[in-house]
Amino acid sequence: MITGFITFFTIFAVVGAILYGRKLIKTEKTDSVFGNPEKAKGGMHWVVVGSSFLLLSWLYYSWDIAKSFYPKSANELCQVAKVHESLLSLKYLFPIVERQHKSTAIIKRENINIKDKIILIQNDPDLKDEDKEIFVNILRNTKLMIPSLTNERYLEDDTKNIINQLTIRLNKLTAEFPKDSYPSLTEEEQNEIDKGLKTQLGWGATGMEVPPLPESKRGLKFHAAATELNSISDEFFEMRNHNPEYLRQSEAIFSEIKEYMDGLGDGQELDYIKDIKKLVRRIEYASIFPPDTLNELEKSIRSFDEIQNNEQGNLRTIDIFLFPAGTIVASGPQCSEAGPGRWLPKPSDTFRIFGEMLKPSVGYKMIPMLWYEMMGVNRIVGFILPDWIADVMPGKYPVHNQGGTVDPNFKSKVLDIVTGEFEAFKIPVPSGHIWDSFLRVFLGLSLGIILGVPLGLFMGLNRFAKGFFDPMVELYRPVPPLAWAPLVITVFGIDNVGKVFLLFMVSFSIMIISARAGASGTQLSKIHAAHSLGASKWQIVREVIFPNSLPEILTGIRVAVGMCWGTLVAAEFLAGTTGIGFVENVARKYMQYEVIWITIFVMGMLGLLFDVTIRKIIDKTIPWRGKG
Amino acid sequence: MSDLVSQKVNMIFKSLKGETVHALKDITFSLKKGELLTVLGPSGCGKTTLLNIAAGFLRPTSGSINLGGKEINGPGVERGMVFQQGALFEWLTVNENVNFGLRMKKEDPIKTAKKVEEWLDIVGLKGFGNTPTYQLSGGMQQRVALARCLINDPDLILMDEPLGALDALTREKMQSLVLKIWKETGKTIILITHSVEEALLLGERVYVMAPRPGRIHKEYKLPFASMGLKGDLREIKNGKDFVSKREEILSMIWNMEEEIMGKEI
Repeated sequence: MITGFITFFTIFAVVGAILYGRKLIKTEKTDSVFGNPEKAKGGMHWVVVGSSFLLLSWLYYSWDIAKSFYPKSANELCQVAKVHESLLSLKYLFPIVERQHKSTAIIKRENINIKDKIILIQNDPDLKDEDKEIFVNILRNTKLMIPSLTNERYLEDDTKNIINQLTIRLNKLTAEFPKDSYPSLTEEEQNEIDKGLKTQLGWGATGMEVPPLPESKRGLKFHAAATELNSISDEFFEMRNHNPEYLRQSEAIFSEIKEYMDGLGDGQELDYIKDIKKLVRRIEYASIFPPDTLNELEKSIRSFDEIQNNEQGNLRTIDIFLFPAGTIVASGPQCSEAGPGRWLPKPSDTFRIFGEMLKPSVGYKMIPMLWYEMMGVNRIVGFILPDWIADVMPGKYPVHNQGGTVDPNFKSKVLDIVTGEFEAFKIPVPSGHIWDSFLRVFLGLSLGIILGVPLGLFMGLNRFAKGFFDPMVELYRPVPPLAWAPLVITVFGIDNVGKVFLLFMVSFSIMIISARAGASGTQLSKIHAAHSLGASKWQIVREVIFPNSLPEILTGIRVAVGMCWGTLVAAEFLAGTTGIGFVENVARKYMQYEVIWITIFVMGMLGLLFDVTIRKIIDKTIPWRGKG
Repeated sequence: MSDLVSQKVNMIFKSLKGETVHALKDITFSLKKGELLTVLGPSGCGKTTLLNIAAGFLRPTSGSINLGGKEINGPGVERGMVFQQGALFEWLTVNENVNFGLRMKKEDPIKTAKKVEEWLDIVGLKGFGNTPTYQLSGGMQQRVALARCLINDPDLILMDEPLGALDALTREKMQSLVLKIWKETGKTIILITHSVEEALLLGERVYVMAPRPGRIHKEYKLPFASMGLKGDLREIKNGKDFVSKREEILSMIWNMEEEIMGKEI
């Protein structure tokens, strides 16, 4: 419903924006300048059109518009697919989808095969003449066997009866099908369907494509018709036109073959004999009937096909227009969404699943996306304070006494504090996949800035420092950060330390280079001025060179954030148990396309958030940039 | 005894290839406290080098410059400097720029704030204290630079073409300001310029320098600066004496330039 509303709304927006655009052109002064950049100014209404176009494409190609306006359509199309599937084998008998009757085509093909085989045998130099004669004789007999199938004279009454009955059943189905009362199910059948429907999930949820059991009256009709058609076609294909005349001839051929084989001795079978046997069997199992025998059946199949096409009603239009690259009917009774409807998940599903994932109790893989957990202050204290503080305290650690208890002393109490083994109140600490990713980027970046900026400034001011550290930095910097990942992960582990170190490597080199450029770009006159105003060396670095390098440093941070973010997601892809990249990697394994799109969206938003924040900081801290 | 005495200052630049440039040769002069000296000369005659030596940024190859009997050995607070482009710290406001020297000396911020206000008043920037410097015009920036230098109360003020980048109108206003400050503070000032008019107008004494090697070519003692303290600068400029002096120096510099060009060809 929301999708429907959005669809209408975006269409209105597009139309409105286009009308506004036309109005704007009319009010503009006309000039004959080609390539006037003035003409590219403004244009917010085209932004509306562009985003609406994007949204509409998404809604359309993910079949969400179809789902929103015709929620039952996919399920009904699935039932239609069942009918199609059942009808198809019957239709292939007649020139409905094919050009010829199936019998005609088989007779034509096998006649050619027999002819070719005779020529092949006669021209084989390795074959004895008497063998040749026997083989050709068998083949000629096989050819003579075909008329026994196609001659109406030999057709048995039983076969005729079965065909008549099937035709009657089909005609009855054709007559019943359009009626409202169809199908009249027994209570048992109805119960079974109802039971299935209870456990059936909706269309489009992750793990479920199009629900296969009929959910509507129309769907039930097609479902029942498909069952009936299946039984009709099964019966038809079980039936063989094996009349006594045919059986006699066939037996004669096989006994001829057997006679020849017996003459050969044990276990020997020539390839030719094999081929001939196959040929005879093919004719045996092909549904070859006399030319006019199936006319009535053909007529009834045609009329049913017509009726079921009519009964589909608007489903056909929906299938054509609202299911781009539609494959539900083509996929047969599996009813899959293979194609764009599958890997481009429906926005409605995506948002629903996103909402689910944001719930801290659900999250992804038992970890919330972004939430908080209560952490005791003692754990934080224990993490921050190093344990050796207790070691350097005077005294000895207590030893247990004979009473089986341990009396604490000063030293052991200190140990309890530095290891965090004491009672304390709890404070909320953020946690979750998004927070973990954010924290890794933040820590890696901060480390890179804290260490990289001073070193970069030093390198920009001192020849020794520049020369000494340059080889180190320049050797590791050009290597793609992910190439370091295996080594870093081996040394520092797959958890936070390894990732933070990897990000530190990324940001460190960028910060060095930008701080260096900033420092070496300081105007000499500013340093002179500071000198003659009485600033010391340290003051000059802090008060002149550092602020003067800020534009470069902040630009460097902006670049580093982007690089860190990209590297982090890839690193989380490689290994780890939390983080937004980890979520995508797991979703990829289970083909949860909605989750993949959600992670892509979250990554984009977080990257944007980083960039906007830094841009704001840049605007605040270095307003003089480009104005000096 | 805060005279400035220059004794046989030589400056020779050597490049790695072994070429030598004799930038300054035997510069000897002395300046009494409260004198205003302008230095004039064609480009490349070593004006700025001389100033940098006086400021302590460069060490002379031989000879020395003494201020108040002490040899100049590195930059110091007693010698303030004003640059062509102001060299202001654009990350600081006007107040903070002017306050910079005092802050470096870690003086009491309440006292310095008062001082800054006074000096902004003197250079005519009252009310601009919290403006970021990059929003100021060129003339105003030079006023800030002047105030920033003067607030440190230096004995000697070195000005390196301070008005060179200003438009003609602003320049005239600033010339009066320099004269006013000179009179009110009684500081010793060395001002380098490439404008003959400015040199004549502001300089109590004027040195015309000649290039290759850089040396003092001619020295003038002029009354215009003291006249300018009382009268209108434009009138002085149109006076007969002024015009004839200007033409004399201009033709002298032209001759020097031709000499150089001839040498080069």
